[in-house]
Amino acid sequence: MSTSHATPSASARETTEGTVYTVTGGDWDEIAEAAAKGDDEKIIVNMGPQHPSTHGVLRLILEIDGETVTEARCGIGYLHTGIEKNLEYRTWTQGTTFVTRMDYLTPFFNEAAYCLAVEKLLGIEDQIPDRANVIRVMMMELNRISSHLVAIATGGMELGATTVMIYGFRDREMVLDLFELITGLRMNHAYIRPGGLAQDLPPGAIDQLREFVKKMRKNLPEYDKLCSGNPVFQARLKDVGHLDLAGCMALGATGPILRSTGLPHDLRKAQPYCGYETYDFEVPTADTCDSYGRFLIRLEEMHQSLRIVEQCLDRLEPGPVMVADKKIAWPAQLALGPDGLGNSLDHIKNIMGTSMEALIHHFKLVTEGFRVPPGQAYVAVESPKGELGVHVVSDGGTRPYRVHFRDPSFTNLQTMAAMCEGGQVADVIVAVASIDPVMGGVDR
Amino acid sequence: MSDGQTGGNGAVPAPRGNSGEVIDVRRGMFGAKEGGDTSGYGGLVRTVRLPGASSRPYGGWFDEVADELEGALEEAGLVPEEVIEKTVVDRGEITFHIAREHLPATARILRDDPALRFETCTGVSGVHFPGDKGRELHAVYHLRSITHNRLIRLEVGVPDDDPHIPSIVSVYPTNDWHERETYDFFGLIFDGHPALTRIMMPDDWQGFPQRKDYPLGGIPVEYKGAQIPAPDQRRSYS
Amino acid sequence: MGIEEKLPSGFLLTTVEKAAGWVRKSSVFPATFGLACCAIEMMTTGAGRYDLARFGMEVFRGSPRQADLMIVAGRVSQKMAPVLRQVYDQMPNPKWVISMGVCASSGGMFNNYAIVQGVDHIVPVDIYLPGCPPRPEMLLDAILKLHQKIQEEKLGVNREQAAREAEEAALKALPTIEMKGLLR
Repeated sequence: MSTSHATPSASARETTEGTVYTVTGGDWDEIAEAAAKGDDEKIIVNMGPQHPSTHGVLRLILEIDGETVTEARCGIGYLHTGIEKNLEYRTWTQGTTFVTRMDYLTPFFNEAAYCLAVEKLLGIEDQIPDRANVIRVMMMELNRISSHLVAIATGGMELGATTVMIYGFRDREMVLDLFELITGLRMNHAYIRPGGLAQDLPPGAIDQLREFVKKMRKNLPEYDKLCSGNPVFQARLKDVGHLDLAGCMALGATGPILRSTGLPHDLRKAQPYCGYETYDFEVPTADTCDSYGRFLIRLEEMHQSLRIVEQCLDRLEPGPVMVADKKIAWPAQLALGPDGLGNSLDHIKNIMGTSMEALIHHFKLVTEGFRVPPGQAYVAVESPKGELGVHVVSDGGTRPYRVHFRDPSFTNLQTMAAMCEGGQVADVIVAVASIDPVMGGVDR
Repeated sequence: MSDGQTGGNGAVPAPRGNSGEVIDVRRGMFGAKEGGDTSGYGGLVRTVRLPGASSRPYGGWFDEVADELEGALEEAGLVPEEVIEKTVVDRGEITFHIAREHLPATARILRDDPALRFETCTGVSGVHFPGDKGRELHAVYHLRSITHNRLIRLEVGVPDDDPHIPSIVSVYPTNDWHERETYDFFGLIFDGHPALTRIMMPDDWQGFPQRKDYPLGGIPVEYKGAQIPAPDQRRSYS
Repeated sequence: MGIEEKLPSGFLLTTVEKAAGWVRKSSVFPATFGLACCAIEMMTTGAGRYDLARFGMEVFRGSPRQADLMIVAGRVSQKMAPVLRQVYDQMPNPKWVISMGVCASSGGMFNNYAIVQGVDHIVPVDIYLPGCPPRPEMLLDAILKLHQKIQEEKLGVNREQAAREAEEAALKALPTIEMKGLLR
């Protein structure tokens, strides 16, 4: 290594591609001065893909002039998992296991959207039992709460407000306890299946759900006390990450970003699914078009979700949770065994011992799966982040021919440049946090 | 299904009319390719057809949208029959198959015409049909109208050896990343896109991974004394 | 008998190795290296209920240069692999790696073109933690096992000797495909 000038902090060496300057530590005044002298040179800061403030493996390429961001670009794909391709080699039912891992903070929305699309292709939307629909809605609304809690928690942490993060995760644990009770898993549930649900609510679930609603009603105002009225919090969030209605429309932004412009567009109201038209809830909006408005919307949506969960609990009637068609219904009655969750022994004994037909169905369904008539369908649900659309194509086989997820995080992340350019570097963090992208959904 | 023998045994979906688009022909039942199928189902041949073109009336608001679109196309000096190759109504959704050269003009009309007003595009999804000769690659767009609370689908089919589609980023800027993603996975080239580069895969990646002729790329998994082939190498029901 | 009898009371004698191990294990600084679902469980482990602070590990370092533990939490894509290696290279020695979750350990259910089939193709792994995602309790268990390993770590010549022995043992070990027995 040939050092041309012997300052300890900066060194230059000759390589085959020209002189390379390495700057580590040292006197930043000198560097800033030198950068200011060559006025056509701006500093390009590469943030991520491993950075504590970028919501996962997101890479931000910021061109900055002093503290002002003049150009902002995203680099994504660092979590590309090829889930859409993997789905093409599994049966339709196995697909839920994959899609639940896409946006890992909203597993029930991924499953519901996928299952609704498969049910549309099968033409059995009307045959889904009421109880299954009610539980679907309930799980989705609980999931909305847990997702918004993470959005607020990690957003707070990125601002440096660790308390918000501790509070958010504390309350999220309560939701996760319910998920674990009902589905057996804390995350990645694969609970909603084409045709209904994997299993019914376990005994005692209703009481715990009611208890949760009560506790959450008490805890939610704490976020108001901690954040909404906090002058520091307001100063960081207000008028930051501005995006108006025209920008949202052009860039396809949905969810809290769109609603923060004052447009009450919510697919639960506009194109109801799973019986959302029968529930009584409001779509909160703000007219500030900024990060603070989005924060308030998320907070209010959690209140509304609690309302819906309560209504679900009131209208739960005993009944089946799987479609009656035995050619589609997965023949399982799950029970906790010594080696984890599995088919209950009584159920297996019943199938094996009493009904030859049931045994054949069981074998055919599990090994082969059901066939879905050729065609395509698009189903969209309102996930906590916006419009989650699923485009499913079938070629009449036992496996999906093509599944494409239009993930709201992916589309909403495009607005990052519009929100950040012209602002301060520190505001980039706030803007990205207010978009609430989850890289598992962005990259799939 | 073209051959009547296989229909009606329950495992095969009911025929959806013979006017559909043939995308594949299935043979056999249990995925055995080189003989060895002793099940007796080896000779099974089934033609796979996607739902075919529908004729008027389409029902509901579909007719209204179709009328308005045709009228607006005529106003713009285009011949509707040339622009809209066919219209498919299936499972409560309407699909307009658009000739690729007219896609940007159609998208602009759909967005701007007051009676249509499809303000947002939910992106583009690529589908690869190797058996659909001459239109192997499909680009599928879903347009949503918040004003009228409607959703329609546009579909453009192009051949594998000429995978060019005009970009509609100028009409719907949201399609910027979506078109890059479809290019990345299917090799569809969107002419006029401001920067059509890979978005998900590394920049130096070879091939387009979600096409049907691209293998899944899994490796065999070893257990104690046994080896399980990658998911795409296993035998499966066809 | 020896020197310890001549010392005043209030002294404990130990070896440098044990003292260094004890000090090292008592305040491990993990790097924030969240990738996917497991990262959320990793954050949960750091938050209130599971409270990683009990083990002196609540400070997740943003800069790899200040960290000595990398928890690879989630699936590693082909695009992320070089970045992961760079982050690992930037960490000062001694450093340890926990491969959290089945995707990081072996590729898991994502056996395809996009995912590296096990992060041990890129960096040496000390603890493999199964689960999809592992519960916070499982991560705590992995961390405690790692603490034990750090405690027993050798220094200097002994360290080199241990590394040589480990390599020899690995070379002699039976490949998975030649193992016999039940598939579990």
